[in-house]
Amino acid sequence: MAGLELLSEQGFRLDGRRAGELRQLRARMGVFAQADGSAYLEQGNTKALAVVYGPHELRGSRGKAPHAQALVNCQYSMATFSTAERKRRPHGDRASAEMSLHLKQTFEAALLTRLFPRSQIDIYVQILQADGGNYCAAVNAATLALLDAGIPMRDYVCACSAGFLEDTALADLNYVEEAAGGPQLALALLPQAQHIALLELNARLHQDHLPRVLDAATQACRHLHALLDRVVREHLRDAAALLGK
Amino acid sequence: MASVVLSEAEKVYIMHGVQEDLRVDGRSCEDYRCAEVETDVVSNTSGSARVKLGHTDILVGVKAEMGTPKLDKPNEGSLEFFVDCSANATPEFEGRGGEELGTEIANTLYRIFNNESSIDLKLLCINPREHCWVLYVDVLLLECGGNLFDAISLAVKAALFNTRIPKVRVLEDEGGREIELSDDPFDCIRLNVDNVPCIVTLSKIGHRHIVDATLQEEACSLASLLISVTSRGALTCMKKMGRGSLDPESIFEMMETGKRVGKLLHSSLQTVLDEEENLGTARKKVGFLG
Repeated sequence: MAGLELLSEQGFRLDGRRAGELRQLRARMGVFAQADGSAYLEQGNTKALAVVYGPHELRGSRGKAPHAQALVNCQYSMATFSTAERKRRPHGDRASAEMSLHLKQTFEAALLTRLFPRSQIDIYVQILQADGGNYCAAVNAATLALLDAGIPMRDYVCACSAGFLEDTALADLNYVEEAAGGPQLALALLPQAQHIALLELNARLHQDHLPRVLDAATQACRHLHALLDRVVREHLRDAAALLGK
Repeated sequence: MASVVLSEAEKVYIMHGVQEDLRVDGRSCEDYRCAEVETDVVSNTSGSARVKLGHTDILVGVKAEMGTPKLDKPNEGSLEFFVDCSANATPEFEGRGGEELGTEIANTLYRIFNNESSIDLKLLCINPREHCWVLYVDVLLLECGGNLFDAISLAVKAALFNTRIPKVRVLEDEGGREIELSDDPFDCIRLNVDNVPCIVTLSKIGHRHIVDATLQEEACSLASLLISVTSRGALTCMKKMGRGSLDPESIFEMMETGKRVGKLLHSSLQTVLDEEENLGTARKKVGFLG
C-alpha cells in the first residue's frame, strides 16, 4: 500500500500503538435476557456480539451427533453493514462457513463436552463492525458468553492475531494492517495451561521468524486473558451486589 | 420466533386483565413499553440506530452506495430493505431459518415506504439516468420479545434521521461527466424524516385491542392489524395478520386507536432524536456496553 507507513521509524503503528500493544478492549456480559448466555465485545473498532444457547436437547438430525459428548454448534455471521463495502449475505458464504468451523474446533478443545452427552450447545457470533481480527473478537466474545451461560470450560479461550513487518512482530492487527497482505497468524490459546486451541498462518513467513510472531501472539493472548478476567470479575461483583450478598 | 407456551389459565388471566384495561406488566391497552433509542452506534455506516423495546432489540444500519436509477424513475434514488433475523434472537433462525420472516418484514417495509411523501427520493439523484444514491437499509434482529414490526419501523426512522450522505458535484468536461466528492466530511445531505411512517400493530385480545403486545400477549391474540401511520396521522399501509378473523367494525376502531397512538409515538421519538442531536459531540455513546 503506497503512501501508508505501517510502522514508523520510531516504532509506532498507524493507529499510534507500539508493536506489541493491543487495541482498547471493552466488553459486557449478559447483554440479552432471553439467551442462556450473551456478551458484547469491542476490540478497537471491531465489535462482536456472542450468544449461547444450551446445553439443550439435540435439534434436527441426530445422525451426526456424537454419543458420548455434547455437540458444539457454531454460526458466525457478519452484519451486512459491518464492512466498508456492504455485504450481500450475513452468513452462508464460504468465508463465514470456514469461520464457523474454526470456532467449532476452538471451543471443542476448551469445553468440557463430555459432561453433557446427547445434548447440544449453540454458539452464535455476530460481527457488528469489522476492523480486523474478526476471528479473535468472535472467540473472545464467545468465551465471555459461555462463561455467562455457566458452561464448564477448561480455561478461558483467548485469541489474538499477529503479523510480521520489517523484522518486527506486530500483535492484534487492525484492518489496514491485515489488508496490506503480510503474513498473518491467528492464535487461540488456553492461557493457563498454554494449550493451543487453534493456530492458523496465512501467507509466507520464514520459519526462523515464526517463534517471534508466535511469541507476540502468545503474549497478547495472556494480556487479553487478564483483561477478560477483569470483565468477568466485575460482572460477577455487580451481579452479587444485586443479589444482596 | 421465540415461542412461548401458555396454559389455559395464563391466557384467561391475560385476557381478563386486558378487559379491565390493566395488562400483566401494569400498562393500559394503549401504552407502549419503555423504549431505548440510540443513534450512530456503528461508525462505518452512513447512519445507524439501535432500538430496544422491552426485550425486543433491533439494530439498523443504513449504507449509501452509488448506483444507477431505475428505468421508470430516472431522476430518483432508491431505498433497499434487508432484514436479517439472526440466530442471536432464537436458535430457530439458524442457517436459513430466519429468511422467511426476514423477507416478510422487508416486504412490509417496502410497502410502507411505497409512496411519494415518505422520503424525498429525488434528493438522492446525482445525475439523471446515470447515477443516484441507493440507501441500503439493513435491519438486524438481535432479540425478539414481541412487537417486532413496530420496533423495526422505529429503528428505521431513527437510522434514516441519523443518515448523512456525502455531497457530490457533477463536473462536465469535454470527455464526459465526472463526479467529485466534497472535501469537507461534514458537508452532507440529511434526509427529511417528518413524513416517514411508523408501524403500529394492534392485537385483538377478547373484545379489546392492545398496542405493543409482548410475546405472551401475542400468544393470546388470534388476529392483529398492522397499520403504518405518519406523524400527521395519515395511513400509508394496512395489513391484517394472524390466523383469526376480524369484523369490519373493529377494524375501524383499531384504525382510530392506531392513528392516535401513532401520532404520540412519532412525537416522542422525534423529541428523543432531537435531544440526542442537540447534545452533539458531548453525547456519551453507550451502545451495547450500558
